[in-house]
Amino acid sequence: MDYLRNKDLLGIWHLEPEEIALILDTAAVMKKVLDAPTKKTSHLQGKSVVTLFYENSTRTRMSFEMAAKFMGGASANISTSGSSVNKGETLLDTGVTLDMMSTDFLIMRHGQSGAPDFLANRIRASVINAGDGMHEHPTQALLDMFTMRESLGQIEGLKVAIVGDCLHSRVFRSNLLALTKMGASVYCSGPSTLMPVNIKDTNAVYTKHVEEALEGADVIMGLRIQRERQKAALFPSIDEYAHFFGLNLERRKLAKERAIVMHPGPANRGVEISSELYESDHSVISEQVKNGVAVRMAVLYLLNLWRNRV
Amino acid sequence: MNLKITNVAPIGDDRSQDDLYTIYVKDGLFSDPFDGPFDREIDAQGLSVLPGLIDAHVHLRDPGFEYKEDILSGTKAAAAGGVTSVACMPNTNPVIDNATVVRYIMDKAEEKAVVNVFPIGAVSKGLKGEELAEIGLMKEAGIVAVTDDGNPVSTAELMKKAMRYANDFDLVVIDHCEEPSMKNGVMNEGVVSMELGVVGIPDIAEDMQVARDIFLAEYLDLPVHIAHVSTKGAVDLIREAKKRGVKVTGETCPQYFTLTEEDCRGYNTLARCNPPLRTEEDRIAIIEGMRDGTLDLLVSDHAPHHNDDKDIEFSLAANGMTGLETLFGLAYTKLVKPGLVPFTRLVEALTKAPSDLLKLGRGEIKTGLPADLSIFDLDSTFTVDRMNQVSKSKNTPFHGYELHGVTVMTIVGGRIAFEKE
Repeated sequence: MDYLRNKDLLGIWHLEPEEIALILDTAAVMKKVLDAPTKKTSHLQGKSVVTLFYENSTRTRMSFEMAAKFMGGASANISTSGSSVNKGETLLDTGVTLDMMSTDFLIMRHGQSGAPDFLANRIRASVINAGDGMHEHPTQALLDMFTMRESLGQIEGLKVAIVGDCLHSRVFRSNLLALTKMGASVYCSGPSTLMPVNIKDTNAVYTKHVEEALEGADVIMGLRIQRERQKAALFPSIDEYAHFFGLNLERRKLAKERAIVMHPGPANRGVEISSELYESDHSVISEQVKNGVAVRMAVLYLLNLWRNRV
Repeated sequence: MNLKITNVAPIGDDRSQDDLYTIYVKDGLFSDPFDGPFDREIDAQGLSVLPGLIDAHVHLRDPGFEYKEDILSGTKAAAAGGVTSVACMPNTNPVIDNATVVRYIMDKAEEKAVVNVFPIGAVSKGLKGEELAEIGLMKEAGIVAVTDDGNPVSTAELMKKAMRYANDFDLVVIDHCEEPSMKNGVMNEGVVSMELGVVGIPDIAEDMQVARDIFLAEYLDLPVHIAHVSTKGAVDLIREAKKRGVKVTGETCPQYFTLTEEDCRGYNTLARCNPPLRTEEDRIAIIEGMRDGTLDLLVSDHAPHHNDDKDIEFSLAANGMTGLETLFGLAYTKLVKPGLVPFTRLVEALTKAPSDLLKLGRGEIKTGLPADLSIFDLDSTFTVDRMNQVSKSKNTPFHGYELHGVTVMTIVGGRIAFEKE
């Protein structure tokens, strides 16, 4: 397989394992570009990339914009505070407006699950989901897998422990889909109130004792705990959460010696992950950021191939 | 109008040609045979002539939301679906919580409507779940039941008062059952809601409220009617309660025996409704409830919405789907045609049962009653086209469905309200 099947990247849900492998292989090439003294390709020459973010983001937005620039594309960004969105314009009208400006790629983050799916069916541009509500964050899962493959050789057969707020996490959903499609097993842990009610009906193995999830794991991934969840009576306090589920050097010892520690960022140090673990040799959190640029270059490259084929 | 309808076959699954009879209509009422003159003679050979269908759960959106539907367009949609009477829900603006609004609807219906309109009043002022609405005065003005539909009756204490007070005026309370603290979701809570990353409403949110209402009905020995049942749990609870002699009745809608939560995939806002579409197990249980009469009524919960309220992000979209024009077709095609529910049971659920619940004195072809008739061609089919609905709104999830049971003629009080071209 040397191309993607769809116009858009809306979620891991829509990707075949072969397509995931293709993106990861392509990202490996792109990473070489990033490591080269002159970071420039011409794949997106004459193409326009717009980032439309309805929620705050540092690394995702920046890495998409850097990826586009490294590949010669023209990138522009819209944030909700500086556009007609605050004047009550609908998502559809905003999307069509951008589409009519000959946008080739619309990279979108939105608080509503399914917002990218909604727009993708109605505009010509390729929509890339940069995180929608509690649904998916496909490029995060792809960069996570790329990082795992780079550090551990392969994804198939890995035991990946994901700890934290799985219920509200699009990173969890995309990673669960992606990792199980690629043959890894996913264990998750956290307070029950932060787990989907139907977690037993998914491909994830849920355990209420974080130690069981970490035991013999190849990958440990912490998820961000949003402080407002505590206000919603989902857990009693940050301290209690950190005591029972916080990732730290001691808990890391339960995992394999070679195990890597990941976090999609931004992290709450001392809550879901201790500073010592974050900065330890096991941590690949900084590498994830770098790989994020390579993976997003790969996605743009492959979707552009699709557009050129049509 | 005086009408003579010949070659009428008895209602049944076996449409034998042996005992065809003739229906006479004189001055808008069913009549004993007479010699005419007739304004019109209708040959019903090969057609199915039914007592006028009664849809006991319809949102006409008038007053307040006439851009979605109004009394004229809503009743025209009803007539096109073979429905001769609609009971309209009080979540209008202003809410139907006082006699003035009831009179507005009755007067406008008198002037504009092409089918019978029976307003349902609110249980509580402004549907707020706090103080009782003026149920007695509304009854004098013409309401046939009370409900806070769209919302559950908020507390057990208010429900208790409402059931007792409404019963003083021989009205039943219809409850939209949903535990109020769990109604923040946008679809059924399950694997699909988890995968789509949207907040779910558990099926037990409905079941708990149904159980509450059954307890109250049993405690007070008063009737309660459960609106739009969507779960297996609720069907089981109602069935068990009926066996104990509790005065509980129930209704369901075609979407709950036709669709499941799977239809929400792709963020299909047309499949968003409240209660939400459930699972295959629930769908099967709803069919069984229809078959054995646990669910007494079949209603559409016709909930028209403008495209602006539907063609948006899933979690922001309005709940509900149009249903008047597909009510009979879906029921006949999905329940009777495959042999899951006897035709006579379906007809009862659309005629006698709603008439009894709302005390309309209709639902039968009997001398002296208003001549409401629904005539269908059960053998021919039509394809649902959402852009060509009679309703002002286009929000049906059944676009492209091929359904048996084409409306040939709808007769309301002896007047022809709809006739197929």
